[in-house]
Amino acid sequence: MNVGKSVARVDAFDKATGRAKYTDDLCDRRALVTRVVRSTIAHGYVKSVDVSAAEQVPGVVKIFTCFDVPDIKFPTAGHPWSVEEAHQDVADRRLLNRHVRYYGDDVAAVVAEDEVAAAQAAALVKVEYETLPFVLDVQEAMKDGAPQLHKDYPNNILKHSSIRMGNYAEAIREEGLICVDKWYNTPMVQHCHIENHVAYAYEESGKIVIVSSTQIPHIVRRTVGQALGIDWGRVRVIKPYIGGGFGNKQDTLYEPLAAWLSMQLGGRLVKIDIPREDTFVSNRVRHAIRFHMISWLRPDGSFVARKVECFSNQGAYASHGHSIVAKAMGSFPQLYPCDNFECDAYTVFTNRSVAGAMRGYGMPQASWAHECHIEDICKVLGVDSLQFRREHIMPVGYVDGFSKNENYYDSFNQCFDKAVAYIDYDRKHAEYANQTGDIRKGVGIAPFWYNTAVWPIALEHSSCRMVLNQDGSIQVQVGETEIGQGADTAYAQMAADVVGLKDYTDVHVISTQDTDVTPFGLGAYASRQTYVVGFSITQTGNILKEKILKYANELTRVAIANLDIIDSNIVRTTDGRVLMSLKELATTAFYSLAHSEHITAESTYHIKNNAYSFGCCCAEVTVDIPMCRVTIDKIINVHDCGKLINPQLAAAQVHGGMSMGIGYALSEQLLFDEKTGKPLNNNLLDYKLSSTMDHPHLEAQFVENPEPTSPFGTKALGEPPACPVAPAIRNAILNATGVAIDDAPMTPHILFKRFSEEGLINDPWRKEN
Amino acid sequence: MYDMKAYYESASVEDAIRLRIEHPEAHIIAGGSDVLVQMREGKRAGVELISIFMLDELRGVKLDEDGTLRIGSLTSFSHITKDPLIQKYINVLGEAVDQVGGPQIRNIGTIGGNTCNGVTSADSASTLHAWEAIVELTGKDGKRLVPIKDFYLKAKVVDIHPDEIQTAILIPKESYENTYGAYIKYAMRNALDIATNGCSVNVRLSADKKTFERVRVAYGVAGPIPMRAPNAEAFINGKEVTMENIEAFSQKVLEDINPRDSWRASKALRQHVAVESAKRCIIESVKRAGGAL
Repeated sequence: MNVGKSVARVDAFDKATGRAKYTDDLCDRRALVTRVVRSTIAHGYVKSVDVSAAEQVPGVVKIFTCFDVPDIKFPTAGHPWSVEEAHQDVADRRLLNRHVRYYGDDVAAVVAEDEVAAAQAAALVKVEYETLPFVLDVQEAMKDGAPQLHKDYPNNILKHSSIRMGNYAEAIREEGLICVDKWYNTPMVQHCHIENHVAYAYEESGKIVIVSSTQIPHIVRRTVGQALGIDWGRVRVIKPYIGGGFGNKQDTLYEPLAAWLSMQLGGRLVKIDIPREDTFVSNRVRHAIRFHMISWLRPDGSFVARKVECFSNQGAYASHGHSIVAKAMGSFPQLYPCDNFECDAYTVFTNRSVAGAMRGYGMPQASWAHECHIEDICKVLGVDSLQFRREHIMPVGYVDGFSKNENYYDSFNQCFDKAVAYIDYDRKHAEYANQTGDIRKGVGIAPFWYNTAVWPIALEHSSCRMVLNQDGSIQVQVGETEIGQGADTAYAQMAADVVGLKDYTDVHVISTQDTDVTPFGLGAYASRQTYVVGFSITQTGNILKEKILKYANELTRVAIANLDIIDSNIVRTTDGRVLMSLKELATTAFYSLAHSEHITAESTYHIKNNAYSFGCCCAEVTVDIPMCRVTIDKIINVHDCGKLINPQLAAAQVHGGMSMGIGYALSEQLLFDEKTGKPLNNNLLDYKLSSTMDHPHLEAQFVENPEPTSPFGTKALGEPPACPVAPAIRNAILNATGVAIDDAPMTPHILFKRFSEEGLINDPWRKEN
Repeated sequence: MYDMKAYYESASVEDAIRLRIEHPEAHIIAGGSDVLVQMREGKRAGVELISIFMLDELRGVKLDEDGTLRIGSLTSFSHITKDPLIQKYINVLGEAVDQVGGPQIRNIGTIGGNTCNGVTSADSASTLHAWEAIVELTGKDGKRLVPIKDFYLKAKVVDIHPDEIQTAILIPKESYENTYGAYIKYAMRNALDIATNGCSVNVRLSADKKTFERVRVAYGVAGPIPMRAPNAEAFINGKEVTMENIEAFSQKVLEDINPRDSWRASKALRQHVAVESAKRCIIESVKRAGGAL
């Protein structure tokens, strides 16, 4: 058996030695390079673009402006396409824009022979604008008379959806109820994958070929076809190794522009390598969502009615749009069920950077609001918050009516128990409750809710091809991409066990996806790769195995029913005798003069299941009140993601997510100048991504309840680790200081303000003022 | 790819001076951890560079005959931190420069570059001010010694003549003798950051450890250039080592410093941190000096 073991990654050696090739490594050095000229206003129309000085720079090949591009609008979200128009993503992007909607919007593209020429020329392009008023804040953008970004969306509302359960208005009339009514804010953050988005394009054999750092090559093929108005089969997208994506590359970014530029230049090789500063502003960001949460409880702590409003800041273009806040909204009544519940979610355009997919897809935001709120409720009620959670969280046996997801096990309590034991939470939570002094300690806990994959909201399937080699090893190809998470290794382990190979190294997973070659699959997103590929590998592996055993039957005359492949041997199951090795069989099948056959299998599995994935984070912090600084002393995430395919890879996923959660909690936010809409900190110095020096040991533990719908008992782990960390840290700060922080990230600026408001900081010289 | 007009490599200090005179528009590059970043950002795009990086004569720390501590301008931050003379006489400088950037930057970045940039946030700057360092410049007419407070003219501008390069940072014996200090870098994360406030304090106590004989305090990011806090120093010098005096001293720095309000941090937070840092630094300095509180 290979599944369940911490085997080495299939790509470990190449990546550790530096010989793994990423997009830019593969690009011919003679490629033309592109610099995108970006708007220097937050909202307005381009009146004219003067390229006369820029064209004089030696090495400039051609400059294209927003007046040159085709008038085609296209969608960018990395969702499966829908054949129903109502479910299609909003098409609101153009290759370059005359109506610019955020500071940094794409106005022109300089193509040059080298980066210096491109940069020099880009600085010389003169753009004349007609400026329009702009709006950065969601509530402001929704007001009548606010600057309008897109004409078809009054009050800038891209979409509004709601949930109504029971009768909220009636329920809150009950006498003697306690009401907790608070607002919670989350920041706009960026993925900060180490490899910036880069793509290059050229024409070959009547096609446009694009090599891109993307999570979703097959989707990019479709969107490039849409953007350029050409048949999708004329577009070929190749995805090599990528240096992280975290959802930013679950979107079409600059692939259509690269393709179009190449086609304008006779199919010459054109590269777009987005600088880090532009990656912050002109790729995608996480939606900043503002939540208003109202809970009505009886003094015994039971929920009577709940109301939630969610305001999601979409930025300038639709991208993944309302899907994110819709997912957040859906979690509220499921995680803490309540008979009378109402929720409204709004996704609103503003003149900020465009928000799209990012690890967690609305759930880090929802977890922040929800778990801050639960803690605040418990403070009002004067009850133990962990006990409250144990009593009110989704019960065992709960089934969601829409997804049909079922809570099969007591996962929440099992995860709580492990986290509590590691932190010594119960004892410390009581001990830390009433401290004095400048330096205080606290513990906090937060669970999270998550769904694996996207069914039934969207199409969920996986296609797999397996090819037997002469030596009995196999190639495996799927469309679900390796993006650093270790998917290829999990595929190799699963395929080896399904087919009956001795070792996962006998499975050669073709890591590069090429839309002309790779079976159709939608890519990497929604924490779904291992789950969905588990189905297609099982189905395809069984087909391959059936063909092998049929051939074995021809060679051995043993009935297929009495044959199996065990440890890469053909075995007679009735007595366990090894009849021949798979290698012998494979070589014979290739070269037999009696019956030669290349044994292969290929199939699509259409998945109509989904699975809950649950867990929690628990943290212990030290708060230096005068310095307004938080140090995380200990932190643990516990996940029930079903059976682990590879425990070491699973832990690594958790570590990465926890790190992202720590930055979300304490330091990361993209800032914009209120007066101009200009991004202020779009670089890795001023944007405070947390460093290893800001992390303690990251403890990852698991509860392995097998997921009944999965052939391997597995479910989501990619995104969940990022979801519960920030509220756990927040609740620890509350335990330490008694101060509730409702705005993430909890920077020294926020702590200084809140500690001053609550009287923990008293600067005598400020009082005199 | 860098937008660089020309690159001249110096073979010696004399050669560097000759290159400076021949190419008056050229910028000096040492480790490059600031210059190359600024070229990429476009601030120094298209410039000529004179490299002094190969001049090993400007590397290392030694004691001059009169006891002056001499830090060659090309000495890297990581070298300074690990140097036994620094650890013995001015350990706080090693601690301060150990907070620059990350390990790679500390291996390539130099103390000369850190000071010649003229920025208020440099991690070496407040400590060098608090220890009254002297900057040694070498030009066609020989050496020139400038007290560090005079070396910084205004933000990003320092006192280097067109024919000069900085060759050493000197700490006189009178400055470091029987003196103990502490530095607090206040930043938004624990590595790879620039100070929101930098505070360096050092003390010399009386023989019985009961009186402050000499206290010096300097700040980075409390004004456009690094600065001392003379009112606070005047207040505490000669006073008894007590918490009351330390509290009063810490608040007194507000008469000296002038931090700005910006999106990176409010003036109120910077002032608050400056006071708290002064207090913590002087307490730590007293402990290191063998005093009791």
